[in-house]
Amino acid sequence: MKEYLYYEDIALDSDVPVLLKQPTTTQLVMWAGASGDYYPIHYDKDYAQQRGLPGVIVHGQLVGGFLGQMMTDWLGEWGQLRKLSCSYRAMNFPGEPITCGGKVGKKYIRDGEHFLECNVWVENAQGEKTVTGTAVVLVPARSAVKNA
Amino acid sequence: MTGDFPDIEELKAKIGVDWEPAVYEIEKGMIRRFAQAIGDPNPRWQDENKPGGIMAPPTFITVIGFDRIQELLTRFKATLHASTEFECYRPVKPGDILTIFTRIDRLRERQGQTGRMVFLTFETVYKNSLAELVGTCRQTIIGY
Repeated sequence: MKEYLYYEDIALDSDVPVLLKQPTTTQLVMWAGASGDYYPIHYDKDYAQQRGLPGVIVHGQLVGGFLGQMMTDWLGEWGQLRKLSCSYRAMNFPGEPITCGGKVGKKYIRDGEHFLECNVWVENAQGEKTVTGTAVVLVPARSAVKNA
Repeated sequence: MTGDFPDIEELKAKIGVDWEPAVYEIEKGMIRRFAQAIGDPNPRWQDENKPGGIMAPPTFITVIGFDRIQELLTRFKATLHASTEFECYRPVKPGDILTIFTRIDRLRERQGQTGRMVFLTFETVYKNSLAELVGTCRQTIIGY
């Protein structure tokens, strides 16, 4: 059974476990259907190239969804992702590997609730950060949970 | 990317003005397809036999109503997504009826290397059928 993450046990600068992805063009079409984002630069190569792109590009929000998955995989059932911001700094292309990562940057207690603020990012195969952002998560505290 | 830049006066006139609210009924198939598109196998999003049932991944709300933002962007020759920022306060589950309120919060014009561009920031508020706040989202998109 998965161990719960407790506020007291998580040190500043701890790593969020990495999540690896390699989106395919099929996945971009699945995302278009699931999200309602039918902008053709994500599935029509000619359309994308006419607009100066080398080819179809991965939806920024799909990459944001990968960061969300990285956070919820880490948090398990008790933690909650409360806030996620993503800046799309460079394009990701289908077929290329993506590494999602994060680090705990701040810990704080507000109104009796325990929060971690993490710096999160997405790296392409060249090690370039294509997305950077911040995730704020609410986690349980041993001090507040019976038998923790 | 040459030719006339689209008329953005209509967009400027809409800054700060709430659009007609839109209502979305959340179905389990929408949540399942969303999780599958991300490639996220977490049973919380798909296993109906779990105590508490299915909930949507937190990033799900960012796509609800995004189609209405897209409609407004078709006037541009090309657009790129610059950023997404959301907060969520309550889980979204199948059967939820969400009412969303969207408006253009900011519009900034810039002269870039490839010509004129517009940074548009949209703000959306999501409420459930009890009028409780479910989440908020800010999307910034660059139009060329």
